[in-house]
This record gives sequence, structure tokens and C-alpha cells, in this order.
Amino acid sequence: MERSVNYGGNDLNLEATELRLGLPGSDEHEKQSYLSVRISNKRASPEVAEESSSLSNSNVSDARNGDQDSAPPAKAQVVGWPPIRSYRRNSFQQKKTEADGAGAGMYVKVSMDGAPYLRKVDLKVYKSYPMLLKALENLFKLTIGEYSEREGYNGSEFAPTYEDKDGDWMLVGDVPWDMFISTCKRLRIMKGLEARGLGCL
Amino acid sequence: MMNYFPDEVLEHVFDFVTSHRDRNAVSLVCKLWFRVERFSRQRVFIGNCYAISPERLVTRFPGVKALTLKGKPHFADFNLVPQDWGGYVQPWIEALARSRIGLEELRLKRMVVSDESLDVLSRSFTNFKSLVLVSCEGFTTDGLSAIAANCRFLRELDLQENEIEEKKNHWLGCFPDSCTSLVSLNFACLKEINLVALEKLVARNPNLKSLKLNRAVPLEALQRILMRAPQLVDLGTGSFVLDHDSDDSETYRKLKATILKCRSIRNLSGFLEVTPRCLPAIYPICFNLTYLNLSYAAGIHGSELIKLIRFCGKLQRLWILDYIGDKGLEVVASTCKDLQELRVFPSDFFGAGHAAVTETGLVAISTGCPKLNSLLYFCQQMTNAALIAVAKNCPNFIRFRLCILDPTKPDPVTMQPLDEGFGAIVQSSKRLRRLSLSGLLTDRVFLYIGMYAEQLEMLSIAFAGESDKGMVYVLNGCKKLRKLEIRDSPFGDMALLRDVGKYETMRSLWMSSCEVTLGACKTLAEKMPRLNVEIINENDQMEFGHEDSEKVEKMYLYRTLVGPRKDAPEFVWTLV
Repeated sequence: MERSVNYGGNDLNLEATELRLGLPGSDEHEKQSYLSVRISNKRASPEVAEESSSLSNSNVSDARNGDQDSAPPAKAQVVGWPPIRSYRRNSFQQKKTEADGAGAGMYVKVSMDGAPYLRKVDLKVYKSYPMLLKALENLFKLTIGEYSEREGYNGSEFAPTYEDKDGDWMLVGDVPWDMFISTCKRLRIMKGLEARGLGCL
Repeated sequence: MMNYFPDEVLEHVFDFVTSHRDRNAVSLVCKLWFRVERFSRQRVFIGNCYAISPERLVTRFPGVKALTLKGKPHFADFNLVPQDWGGYVQPWIEALARSRIGLEELRLKRMVVSDESLDVLSRSFTNFKSLVLVSCEGFTTDGLSAIAANCRFLRELDLQENEIEEKKNHWLGCFPDSCTSLVSLNFACLKEINLVALEKLVARNPNLKSLKLNRAVPLEALQRILMRAPQLVDLGTGSFVLDHDSDDSETYRKLKATILKCRSIRNLSGFLEVTPRCLPAIYPICFNLTYLNLSYAAGIHGSELIKLIRFCGKLQRLWILDYIGDKGLEVVASTCKDLQELRVFPSDFFGAGHAAVTETGLVAISTGCPKLNSLLYFCQQMTNAALIAVAKNCPNFIRFRLCILDPTKPDPVTMQPLDEGFGAIVQSSKRLRRLSLSGLLTDRVFLYIGMYAEQLEMLSIAFAGESDKGMVYVLNGCKKLRKLEIRDSPFGDMALLRDVGKYETMRSLWMSSCEVTLGACKTLAEKMPRLNVEIINENDQMEFGHEDSEKVEKMYLYRTLVGPRKDAPEFVWTLV
């Protein structure tokens, strides 16, 4: 809970070094409003998600300071907010997972070590690994080599990797194609020593 | 003077009085009018099923043919009311069946409906014609089988957003071959359907005007159905998808040709799954559409969506997802000059900052569509300046519901609360009946609402206000207030008890996560015997000590003529 603490007058001017959310120079005292007091004094309610205090505070700090952060903090979910009928909410969440799998295109970013900018490919277009790898080779004008389970990609200094839903970097080709496209978030073509390091595992 | 006329004349005059509120007023004039009115009333509306009992309905209105019943409080839609709270239709259907009333139409909202109730319903009323279920639950497709099989003159079966357990029973096939009276059929909320039975049903029901399919109906089937039913006025497509792999340019061509024959379609919805490249097939009917609902069409984005809208020059009601974006709303504003109702639903619920509409889109709409009178707008942010502009451009709002995804967000430009913006809306729209607030709001907005919102009937408040004064402004000022629902706002005992008589002029009050204590609720219940003051006590939040000073998590009170309800579950306490 943010509250300014007065360390006995301005002698030490501790306020200047005090850590708080807010633009430098903005005075939080008058904006320490009813709103933050009310929310921070609320009894922990079972219906609000666990991170409720961080939600309230992040809401409050947003309220006071505007979009200071470049990316909004991940918000915890308040029960019943936004006010959408459960039917609509359920059907939509189901649709989101479906859309990721079927129907709409599945564009993922592809980066290559050393390249000045990234590309995007639609994984839905390629029905198999060889097709995808061929496309990547064309896109970046390089050769990737042959996949083998034991040695990864032999025959070149490049290895295609991908970031999966857990955030781990995996070698392309280990899992069945369908599993791959449902779990792949982005691709990265590793180059040089790093790539060969993978091949040695 | 009217007393010298025979009853039949009075009755004939009353036939012209159709709105239930007007008929309620008529019935209060004198005993004679009360008597004539009650025997001639055919349509009865009960906004809270616990305000009155089925027996009293049956006694007072023996001629009732059409009944509307509503059950759970509105916030039940948002998971704020636990399962098994109540709202059962069974006692109503049983009482009506026993009394041998000639029920023909039943419309239920937020009620618990069982298969048994549907079975009894289907067998008890020979002339039963219309069943409309909105946001109901508790039944399976077995119940639908009973309706299909037994209601010989069924005209309408409309299932909107219900939770229905689906059994493998082909309920649609239970409509007998002799069933040819259907005018309206909506099963969009189901997941499965028997396609063969569906096509046969459509083929033998030439009066079908409204048909809303579910996602189990593929494009080929849609084409065949439309061939049989070119007279449709209201169409909800199911799946609008062509696979990449199969060779279906033939299907697509046939579909395009068939759609051209459907010259009567004025309302279009569905697209629960879409292949956007199929959309051009519907362009020819877009010109005549007055209602377009794409709020479940997650597959239509950006430019395809905008392209589609450009064809819809006569739209009066538009429901879409926020994929439309501010730019898309500008296109709506320049295309849909007759627009009266707009609903923009969120595609990304958890506010990770991707909601694609802001105040800019709304201002554009208000500039281009001055006839706008009904709005539901989920957005990323809102400014006072925008609301003031909207208020000026559109003074005819009857419904204004704004939902900023971050519920306490101030005006991002000025960092001020949105009091002035909403104040402008209530001041300019003198006929406003329904209002939902969001964003950072102080007591001031309630001062404005109390001062200006003279016709306001329903107000929804969340995360707003600073003190009891806010709620008091509303209770004092809004003379026509019927429903007030408040969550997560600092209103407490003083406001609750300020004017206890007010609640008998209203249908209901909901307060959750506010500052109201058990003691105050008890006091209120004591003073007002014709209110049911219910406390919802989930998870044993309140210790067994029942301290009066404890804050109440959820309170729902409503006026009633029949005392505490007997079907309340354990976790609902009715205070006396």
C-alpha cells in the first residue's frame, strides 16, 4: 500500500529519495484519494481474485499516474467484470482457443540471428515440417540442413528453434506437427556456435 | 360517466390499452374498473417472480394468455449470484396447469427451468403457441422434446443464451409431421442438431419467418435450408465456413445464388464460425438489413468487417465486437445514418490493453448517427470531452451503458473523474431510462443523476462514488427508479436507511461489496414488512456470531406481497 511517510519534517528531505509510483515532482498527498483509501481498506473478499490488492493498487496507480508504464501490468480478474453474460464469455473463450487451432491463420514471428528485422509466417499454410523449413530457407536465403533426432540439424550452421507456451526454447521437429502448431508462439533461427551447441546435445 | 356503460363497453375500451403499466393504472381507478380490467387482461408481466405468488396471479387474471416472468437479479448474469439461488418456474407452471388457464405464451428470463416443468407445460395447455427462454438453465434437450412433441400449434420456440444440457435424443425430430405452424425457431445456443430433421422441419413450415441456427449447421445445409425458406425475415447463420481442402466452389456458387432469392431478410446474425472469403455471398442482402448482430462472429475482423458494414446503409441496430475499432466506427457513422442502437462487445476480456475502441469511435458515431438512442459500449477509455460531445449530438438516449474495461479509469487526458461527462449525458437525454456507469466517479455524478435523470428506471453502479451522499442523491432525485444495482462502492447504512419507504416504489435493490452492515439490513427488514431483505452468505463469510456491525457481502431486497420465499437455499437469509 503506498502511503508517504513523513520522517519528521523536511530536515533529511527523505521525500526526494522516497520510492513511489508517480512522475517525479508530482505530489501524491492530495491525490491519495478516497479511491485508494477505500480500495486498500477493503476487507479481503473471497470473490476477488488473489492478486486483488495488486489489482487495486495497480488500478489506483494507473488512476493517479496515467499510462506511465509502457505495457499495462497483467491484471488479475475481478469477479463479474467486465459485465458480460456468462454465456457470451464462455462461448467466446471457447472460440478463442478454437481460433488458435482452426479457421483463422496462425501467424508467428520469425527471427534470425543477425538479420535486421523479423518476418512473419502463417503456420497453417504449411502442413508439415519439410514445407515449413523449405519456406524458412526461402525467406532468409539460407540452408537449414537435415533433421535427425539424435543430432538436431546437421549440415549447416543454422538451427530452427521455437518458443513454446511455457516460454521454453525448443528445437523444431521433435514433436508431431499438430502439437507443434498448437504450442508454437514464435520461431527463431539460431546461427553459428549456439546452433551447433544444440546439435551436440 | 363511464359507470353508465355496460362492462362490455369498458372492456372494449380497455382492449386499446395494451401496455401493462397502463393497464395497471386503469385497474386502480375504481373497483368497477379493477374488475373489468382483471377479467379482460390477457398479457401479464411479472418482473420479479418473488413479488407475487402463482396462486394470486391465477386468481386475479383468470383470462391470462401470455405471461412474462423474470427470476434472478440482473447481476446473476455476471456470476455474482451463486448456483441454486432460486427463480424456479415449476410452481408457476403447476399453478397455471391446475387452474386450467388457457396459457398460450410464456416468456422467461433468468429462471431455472426443469425438464419436468417443460413436460407439464407441453401437456397442459392445448393452445400453447410460444415459448421464449432467455438466460435460463436447468433443463436438457429432453424438455425440448416434450415441447416439440406435444405442442400441436407451436409457433415460436426461441432459446436465447441458455445453458442447456444436450442429450443424444434428436429432439428436433420430435416435431410431428403435422407440425406446420412454426413461425420462429431459435436454437443457436445449442451445440448439436439433427440436420435431416431440421431440413424436413423447415420444408414443411412455410410460415417460418425467423430461423436462428447453431454452429452444427454447415454451409451446405444452410444453402439447402434457404432454398426451402426464401421467405425468412430473420436469419441466424450457424457455421459459415468453407474448408480449404474440399472442392466447394460449387457450394459457394449455389449459396450465392440462393441468397439472392432471399429478398425478405431484414435481420441477420450468427456467423459463429466464419471463413471470411465467403462473406461476399451475403453482400446482396446487406442493403436491406435493419438489424445486424455480429457479436459472436469472432472470425470477422478488420477490413472484412468494415467492407461488410459499408453495404449496410439501412441499419437501425448493430451489435458488433470491438474488432471494429475506432476507424471502423467512423465507417459505421458514415454508412448507417438510421442507426438507433449500437452495442460494441469486448473481444479481450482481461483488459490487456487490446480493446480496440476508445472515445474516438463513440464520438464519431454520435456525429454521424444523431438518431442513436440505445448504447452499450465496452471500451478501453473515455473522456469527459467525448461524453459531452456525445450528449450534445445525441439527445435522445433511452439506454446508455458504458463499460470501461478498467473500471476506475479516469479521463486519460485530464486525469479527472468522468462525473462531468455522465452529467452531460443525463442532462441532455431527458428520456433516459437506463444508465450504467463506469470509470473513475465521485459523488458528483450522482448529484447530477439525481438532479436530471427524471425518467431513469434502472441504474447500474460499479466501483463508483465516495460516500453515502452519492446513493442518497439518487434515491432522492430519481422518482421513477425501479431497479438499482450497486457493487464495490462505498455506500453504507446511512444511505440504505435514509428513506426506507422508497424501496416499496422500486422493484429491487442489489448491493454487493459495499459498506452496508448486517444491523442496518435487519433494521430495514423490521421497518418494512413488505420487503424481502435477503442476505447472500456464501462461504460462511459471516461468522456464527452474527455481529450487527459486520459488513454484508451481498444484499438483495425487493418488494413483495407474499412475504419471505419458501424456496430460499441455505446460504440465503431472509431477514425479518
